[in-house]
Amino acid sequence: MTATVPPELVGRLSALQGRMQTVSREEIAEVVSALLSEMQGDLSEDNLKLYAELESLSRYITTAKSEIAALRPDEITAQHLPKATDELDAIVGATEEATNSILAAMETLEAAAGEMPPELGEKVTEAVTQVYEACNFQDITGQRITKVVNALKHIEEKVDALVAAFGDEIAKYKAAHPEEEKPAEEVKKPTDAELLNGPQLPDDASKQAEIDALLASFD
Amino acid sequence: MSVDLNMNVLIVDDYKTMLRIIRNLLKQLGFNNVDEATDGSAALQKLRDKEYGLVISDWNMEPMTGIQLLREVRADAKLKSMPFIMITAESKTENVIAAKEAGVNNYIVKPFNAATLKTKLVTVLGNF
Repeated sequence: MTATVPPELVGRLSALQGRMQTVSREEIAEVVSALLSEMQGDLSEDNLKLYAELESLSRYITTAKSEIAALRPDEITAQHLPKATDELDAIVGATEEATNSILAAMETLEAAAGEMPPELGEKVTEAVTQVYEACNFQDITGQRITKVVNALKHIEEKVDALVAAFGDEIAKYKAAHPEEEKPAEEVKKPTDAELLNGPQLPDDASKQAEIDALLASFD
Repeated sequence: MSVDLNMNVLIVDDYKTMLRIIRNLLKQLGFNNVDEATDGSAALQKLRDKEYGLVISDWNMEPMTGIQLLREVRADAKLKSMPFIMITAESKTENVIAAKEAGVNNYIVKPFNAATLKTKLVTVLGNF
């Protein structure tokens, strides 16, 4: 469809553009009506239906984009997923450390078993063997957690692609909701539920000396 | 023919705790000359530098996996008859078949116990 806009209509549109602040609703309706009457000769009923569908689809996409932006997928990749990965890495590190401590203690006990009366030494060695067997768990849990971490990384890549695709919408949403960017402690005191943080990652955890110093600061 | 308990045994696993567990269990069984590697390529280097009587290897390691190590061993003229036991959490049938096709002597699924380890060692090496 290639419709040529009549010069008279072009002139009226230009005149309106020059005084956009003062144009009345009636004037706009009149121009739109004139525009539509000019187009009718070129548009079939099927085309109009198609344009209506496209317009509806466009509105749907715009709404969907706004709703997805409101979900803040950028927070998922910036905060939630890295935090989850760090927690899982901390589990692997902590279980490895604990397992090594258990094994070291068992090795000491096994060496001491050689100095015990034979019957007792045999019982101790048997128990130590059972502990060695049980310590298999560290390898198995470590491998399972690695699989979860890899799954999280895959999700992160997909969400990153989503964030890249919706970048403008997210920026608009953040600009429209600036209060959500403020750190929680600036907004309000944490609630009891918010204080249930669970164990901190090793680098984030306060040392006992720091806690003692904090307590002493209240005196 | 009895097993030479003084043979060099190479254990390969990327988890240090697992290396420690296997070493301790082997020690209980009388094997005192145990070396360690944390992936297939490091293991292959050790195998080419020193004479070993047995390899016990994990599967899932980087950069060289246990199955790749096994294939390298079987392709090496000097190492091809090396007894090779896989100890792994990979328990799917397809894994066991792939390992068997690559020439593994036996296969232990993690978590395992000392009795299973001894049974497999006897199967591969003979009584001790």
